[in-house]
Amino acid sequence: MCVAAPMKVIEIDGDNIRAELAGVTKEANLAVIDERPELGDYVIIHAGFALHRIDPEEAKITLALWKEMGVIDEVPE
Amino acid sequence: MKYLSEYRDGSLASKIADRITAISKKPARFMEICGTHTVAIFKSGIRDVLPQHIGLVSGPGCPVCVTATGDIDRAVKLARIPDVIVTTFGDMIRVPGSESSLKRERGLGADVRMVYSTMDALEVARQNPEKKVVFLGIGFETTAPTIAAAVVAAEAEGIKNFSVLSSHKLLPPALDALLSGGEVDVSGFICPGHVSAVIGTAPYEEVVAQYRTPCVVVGFEPVDILQGIYMLVSQIEAGEPKVEIQYRRAVAPEGNQNALKTMSRVFEPCDAPWRGLGVIPKSGLALREAYRAFDAEALFDIDTPDSPEPPGCKCGDVLRGVITPVECKLFRNVCNPENPIGPCMVSSEGTCGAYYKYHA
Ligand code: SF4
Repeated sequence: MCVAAPMKVIEIDGDNIRAELAGVTKEANLAVIDERPELGDYVIIHAGFALHRIDPEEAKITLALWKEMGVIDEVPE
Repeated sequence: MKYLSEYRDGSLASKIADRITAISKKPARFMEICGTHTVAIFKSGIRDVLPQHIGLVSGPGCPVCVTATGDIDRAVKLARIPDVIVTTFGDMIRVPGSESSLKRERGLGADVRMVYSTMDALEVARQNPEKKVVFLGIGFETTAPTIAAAVVAAEAEGIKNFSVLSSHKLLPPALDALLSGGEVDVSGFICPGHVSAVIGTAPYEEVVAQYRTPCVVVGFEPVDILQGIYMLVSQIEAGEPKVEIQYRRAVAPEGNQNALKTMSRVFEPCDAPWRGLGVIPKSGLALREAYRAFDAEALFDIDTPDSPEPPGCKCGDVLRGVITPVECKLFRNVCNPENPIGPCMVSSEGTCGAYYKYHA
């Protein structure tokens, strides 16, 4: 039911989007998303609805934590 | 692939596993509450890289699995009503009720359709104005807002032949029921990534305050899960239980307010039966009075008297993390994905189904 992987928004048409991951595309509705995405943003899709727009800054914090743990040397760009 | 490949990096994963081994002294048992985690943990072989004294156990997080027999029986009754089209998510069709399943009813001529999204169910209603289209709503806080959104859309569009049979479940009351039962030995929760994207972290704060059980919201890739376990282990070693988010790219502490608002516009909490956990107060969702016209419960006579759970099936104990599926006498021989006895074997994300597929 849940596509755990983030998909890239490639089309926006009103409240409907099309998103892509590794060549597979899916349609999703924006009625319950937390923050409207723009083209090129990444979203989490669940049962035909986009639930969340990925925040790139937050993703970076996770990478910084890896560095803190000593499991990576540099935080990648 | 952005936001993906780095979380699947094998050498990074094994480095984190080494860090866990290096810091972990105390025995611990972590419960993952989401079926997607159950499957991811098996697939990635995470159990094999953890120190012996750290155990992982599955909890009540697969939406199909926690559905009570009575919920299936009501859906079966609904499917038998002429002019009704039952729409639902795939796995529900195969879950046995006390005397039949939706799949069996479909074989006998009922109109039962699998949909990918509630908006597809709404489309079925648009295309079949002479029929009554009912969506069998299951799932947690991730799914409930999407079903609420469909009801709101149906209302706005004036679609009159669409309704919802709500068997939704709320996660926090189940955690509370698990912990207050005292029978479950869990030292920390691997909290579900996407449910948490909706509900945020406030409910877990209550768990920590009341039971001092660490809670970490975790993503679904191997590196995510290992980092989440590392965070839980760190909390346990420090003796400081708290709520942390590992899955920051998807989960904000405040959750998704838009989804929560949509959900509570249409639904209100109600007492609900869970498989194996009994009735848990305020753990389900019923349609509000204002949306009665979309409430299948109010529109159709589908009350079922008694709905016993299948004899011998231990799904309840499996869902509470009290036993693993291999300890169920019916596992593999009598009960298997071809011929599931309980819902935990039906869903690919069910604990029994996952053990069947991945456990040697
Ligand atoms: S193996 Fe089958 S019968 Fe046993 S608990 Fe799991 S679903 Fe129920």
